Amino acid sequence: MRRLISVASLLALAALALLGGFGEPQFSDAEKKTIASLALNTLPSLKPDTTNQYADVPAAAALGSTLFFDGGMSRDGTVSCSTCHKIDRQFQDDLPQAVGVGHTNRRTMPLAGVARNPWFFWDGRRDSLWAQALTPLENPLEQAGNRAAFAHYIKKRFGERYERIFGPLPDLSSVPANASPLGSDAEKAAWNAMPTGQQDDVNRVFANIGKAIAAFERSIEPEQTRFDRFAIDLATGAKPEGNAAFSPEEILGLKLFIGKANCVTCHNGPRFTDNSFHNTGVPPFDGLPPDRGRVDAVTQVEADPFNCIGKFRDGDESACRELRFMVKDGPQIMRAYKTPSLRGAAYRPPYMHAGQFSTLDEVVAHYSKAPPSVEGVSEVHPLDLSERERAALVAFLKTLSD
Amino acid sequence: MASIWRYILAGLGLAALLVGIVAAVYLTLPQPAPGPDLSRSKKTANGLFVASFEPERGVVRQGELQSWLLTLKTAAGAPVEGAAITVSGGMPQHDHGLPTSPQATDYLGQGRYRIDGVKFTMSGWWQMRFAVSAAAGSDSVVFNIVL
Repeated sequence: MRRLISVASLLALAALALLGGFGEPQFSDAEKKTIASLALNTLPSLKPDTTNQYADVPAAAALGSTLFFDGGMSRDGTVSCSTCHKIDRQFQDDLPQAVGVGHTNRRTMPLAGVARNPWFFWDGRRDSLWAQALTPLENPLEQAGNRAAFAHYIKKRFGERYERIFGPLPDLSSVPANASPLGSDAEKAAWNAMPTGQQDDVNRVFANIGKAIAAFERSIEPEQTRFDRFAIDLATGAKPEGNAAFSPEEILGLKLFIGKANCVTCHNGPRFTDNSFHNTGVPPFDGLPPDRGRVDAVTQVEADPFNCIGKFRDGDESACRELRFMVKDGPQIMRAYKTPSLRGAAYRPPYMHAGQFSTLDEVVAHYSKAPPSVEGVSEVHPLDLSERERAALVAFLKTLSD
Repeated sequence: MASIWRYILAGLGLAALLVGIVAAVYLTLPQPAPGPDLSRSKKTANGLFVASFEPERGVVRQGELQSWLLTLKTAAGAPVEGAAITVSGGMPQHDHGLPTSPQATDYLGQGRYRIDGVKFTMSGWWQMRFAVSAAAGSDSVVFNIVL
């Protein structure tokens, strides 16, 4: 009997040691669940885009790829999508504000996983990838072209490829060389002089350009990082090996990210974004025109003839629920900008919608301090993180890039 | 030999005492504050209706546009037809509203209304408020949803 009690007591002691000492788990079950929800292996496969019937047509993606890198797709023949979306730089340009034909007022966004966005640009002023792709083509500061000129260019350079995908090109013989409802006064006048049917023909070719470019961009997806390897090992109970193992500083950073620092509130899911818009008190960039973010984008996306409700959408209107149920007013969309993905962020300073911060340290310091917004109300509250905590967060963010 | 066992036993006794203390401390720790009322069916503020709010497909998925069903009955249990419903809400702890503008889009019969365009973009405590106007009068109800 005494021996039995001794054995039982020994077992109890062993259990106590496991619970209280060297076997202490690094993450709680709730933390583990959150970490697993951020790992890339939880990213679902890309859904079909019913608004673009060519989205998964290989020939369309191939033509889109050609157009993406073609400087001929601009007024001066030198600027392509790839001028700012550089293939060897995560499809961004490292500049505080993009420079095309002119100097824009927004930071170029990287493209990994872009086809998964419900909204496009920092302010969400477009509601589909193909409608987004059309916008820089006619922006006088980006590619600065006009849709009539693009239709002529497509016919001349890529007519055969275009027709194999989209069917016969319309008769463009009486379409002016330069015309667009968004162009210069002369281009607008030329556009307004065109019969409606001819405008539709040109718009259709223009929309198809966007659909081809979007088909190509759907192939640009995020890649596995050190964090993902760590998260998978944590979920499966395997011991992280090699660079999948996190340093104590990186573990602290991860714990802060999903805990005290509240980063995961908005930077959630395997893309580290909630795909929504928030005012986080990011200051304006000196010298740029006033920028109110989402609040001004609402009217733009509603007015866009290439939006989901417009006649150039393929499929039915059931795909348009984001647009149909979007928030159109209220204080929360003033100076609200899209939550960017954090994957790869460590290697692409500067940060924020106009490149306001040049390092991740500055970004983390901003969120720790949480200054009020110059307009509207910031959603973030001061965290008062210590220097060690801020450095740990930056160390963790780097694991999303390696 | 016997003395070693005695030492071990003494150690075990001390350990058991420690376990007891730890357990007592653990059990007497202040319990976390009770969360918001999460019931999916409740009386409206002035008791005019009984409202239930459920995701149409049964599960709540963070970050997805979903449709929910709001079922309205009178206090006597009769379905409420022809109700005008407005939807609002947000996250009380973050001082912000809903990321979308959900609307009552369809009447499905038996007092059931489809509320489409519901999206919860982050984990945490959300509130959905419904202002309901029907033949019996106007009333409102708030549902709490915690993700």
